[in-house]
Amino acid sequence: MADNGKQHAPHRGDMTGAKALWATLANHGISTVFGYPGGAIMPVYDALTFYPEVRHVLTRHEQGAAHAAEGWAKATGEIGVCMATSGPGATNLVTGLADAMLDSVPLLAITGNVASHLMGTDAFQEADITGITLPITKHNYVVRDVEELPLIVAEAIRIARSGRPGPVLVDIPKDIQLAAFHGEIPAPHARPEAPAPSPESVERALELLRGAKKPVIMAGGGSLDASAEITALARAWDIPVITTLMGLGAFPSSDPLWLGMPGMHGSVAANRAISEADVLLGIGLRFDDRVTGRVSGFAPNAAIIHVELDAAEIGKIIRTHVPVRGDAKQAAQLLAEGAQPTPRPEWKAQIEDWKSRTVTPETYGAGYAVKAVVDRLRPDDILSSDVGQHQMLAAQLARFEKPRRWINSGGLGTMGFGLPAAIGAGMAEPGVRSVVIAGDGGFQMTAQELATLKMYDVRNVKICIINNSFLGMVRQWQELFHEKRYSEVWLGDSNPDFIKLAGAYDVPGYRATTAEELPAAIDAWLSDPKSALLEVVVPHEHGVFPMVPAGAALYEMIETEPVRSPDLSAQMQDAAEEASEA
Amino acid sequence: MTDTRDHLLSILVRDEPRVLTRITALFGRRGYNIRSLSVGSTEHPGVSRMTIVVSGDRGVVEQAIRQLEKLHDVVRIIDHSLEKYVDRELVLVKVAITPESRVEVRQIAEDFRSRIVDVGRHALTFEVTGDEGKITAFIEQMRPFGILETMRTGRIALTRGSNADIPTHVYHEGETQALQPTLEVQPREERARHVPNLF
Ligand SMILES: Cc1ncc(C[n+]2csc(CCOP(=O)(O)OP(=O)(O)O)c2C)c(N)n1
Repeated sequence: MADNGKQHAPHRGDMTGAKALWATLANHGISTVFGYPGGAIMPVYDALTFYPEVRHVLTRHEQGAAHAAEGWAKATGEIGVCMATSGPGATNLVTGLADAMLDSVPLLAITGNVASHLMGTDAFQEADITGITLPITKHNYVVRDVEELPLIVAEAIRIARSGRPGPVLVDIPKDIQLAAFHGEIPAPHARPEAPAPSPESVERALELLRGAKKPVIMAGGGSLDASAEITALARAWDIPVITTLMGLGAFPSSDPLWLGMPGMHGSVAANRAISEADVLLGIGLRFDDRVTGRVSGFAPNAAIIHVELDAAEIGKIIRTHVPVRGDAKQAAQLLAEGAQPTPRPEWKAQIEDWKSRTVTPETYGAGYAVKAVVDRLRPDDILSSDVGQHQMLAAQLARFEKPRRWINSGGLGTMGFGLPAAIGAGMAEPGVRSVVIAGDGGFQMTAQELATLKMYDVRNVKICIINNSFLGMVRQWQELFHEKRYSEVWLGDSNPDFIKLAGAYDVPGYRATTAEELPAAIDAWLSDPKSALLEVVVPHEHGVFPMVPAGAALYEMIETEPVRSPDLSAQMQDAAEEASEA
Repeated sequence: MTDTRDHLLSILVRDEPRVLTRITALFGRRGYNIRSLSVGSTEHPGVSRMTIVVSGDRGVVEQAIRQLEKLHDVVRIIDHSLEKYVDRELVLVKVAITPESRVEVRQIAEDFRSRIVDVGRHALTFEVTGDEGKITAFIEQMRPFGILETMRTGRIALTRGSNADIPTHVYHEGETQALQPTLEVQPREERARHVPNLF
């Protein structure tokens, strides 16, 4: 790190495509880029030395770079940027791009490519990355003329951030990076105004809400920036609020109106409320199948109001009675202004009853450990998760008072997401604790990013591994639906000593194996001045409940961890089959 | 709901590499079958016009349109089912002939105002232009003589009237037809009779 040449390179003359790229990024206020160099992007890395105002973070894998950029974007709401060389570098970004696409994360990916005249010839390290990423980007470009490069990058940033955000890829052949550039570096596009919902649609929504006896609000990832307005709306109408996995934090968990998360591992209150509601006001969500369960059984009695920016989402999965197309913030505000709260004592009593059915993990296990950790979080802390049981447990048990404090891979369910995303978020907000909960399986998919922590001396990332020696979520399904045939999910014998592994990167490690050891281990881990790792060794066979079996409707949810009996899996199988036939 | 029909869409797109792939991939991924596709340039430099015939029920087509509207390359979409339109298709048909059938085949072609574009000893090739009904009828008339080869361009369409290219149903102009609310509320389904209560 000592001498990377940046200090010695104030001269930026001889503008090339590569320099024009950095100048454009700098002009757009991009302060950090996560990436990994290679032959086809070397001119860009060379030009980087002339732009000390942009920090490049060298991850240990391009997937890590993409997820770190996502973590950055999810925590800040600003665009994340990642970069890779051609061929293998570019294809390593693919998982992150798909992840960003499904979770609507504004992301700019820059890839190098072989020289223009070699493109299409199967040249060394050539991959048709724009072809490959066509279905998993909002848009993508190959730069064919150096004079267009900055305009394309500016346009890519605009597309990534506008409307429903998403990933945009810009592929730059090596000769274009090297070519002389004579044009102007463009100023950023103004952030486009989100379209206002039509007054008619708002009026129809108000009409429905006024007549509602059992209303419920459901807020998704698209409502995070409308959190204040949604909170005001819910309180003005006195309507209970459900936040989806992606929407956690859009409404304060401490508010008595909050019912938790809906869907496959949703709360009893959320799923029952959806099933009983007569009006469901969905804001900024896309009715993912993990949320709806069997579609025909979703909110079977409800008139559905769907507030959504992306017209293609309206009516895509769920029939909408009142579509409100436009900005969630403005819509929520307009709906709040028309509030006419009516007392609904029966609905409230019903909801209180469901809320009392929340299960707190009493015995030592994954849920107990996750709860012990999340109970120690401060409202400002960012909590990331990897994918698996620990993710669902964290989503169920953590409490969020504000938006953009919960970072996880919702749409793609990408194992390996957690650590790099937490690093990206931690680097975006160095003054804030960035805690990540991971499983022993997923952690090992991107564990090499411990090196990134070490290299940049990141001090605020706190890693918690819930070690159940299994690919727990798959094991749970095998237990329930495949008669306990635990095919290829046992990790125990081959897991590394996670503390030693962390130690190899100078990351201090702590371990707890019992409920008694847990509090002290958490304290030591969180109070360590450096980024640190905590391994919690838990019993092998705990499940996540409540659970709605795949293909079942939300009201067919299994509320608590069943007492294990030999014919349990057969019964559950029957339930799931019946549900999918119905 | 499964009123599967052909829908005729005109899609104005930026004339850039991969546009065709982007659009057809969008249909393909969602399992919408494209029955015919033709592409050509327009009076505006840099803008191409595609005519796509896609089969599916109304819902399928509306979802396709809304997904297409999200593509950066798409300038405008015209759903011709919402407008009065003219459409044409050009077909080359090579029909087998014998000395006996020759006159009859020519007569049929004349009735259809079809032009002969190639004359061989054993075959005549005709050019037919028209709407789908006319072309189908022509092919059916020729079938008994033996059709050796056909090639169709795919349908093309324009909205009728003087402002033909400024249809009411355009990109960026408010909500699509599909976004019109339906206020009547029906339960989507009777609740499942059996709610498993295992524990
Ligand atoms: C990249 C990837 N591969 C496979 C899966 C399928 N999968 C979902 S959860 C899971 C198990 C995760 O195990 P672990 O990381 O140990 O977490 P746990 O469920 O035990 O908490 C697997 C394999 C996935 N989501 N992502």
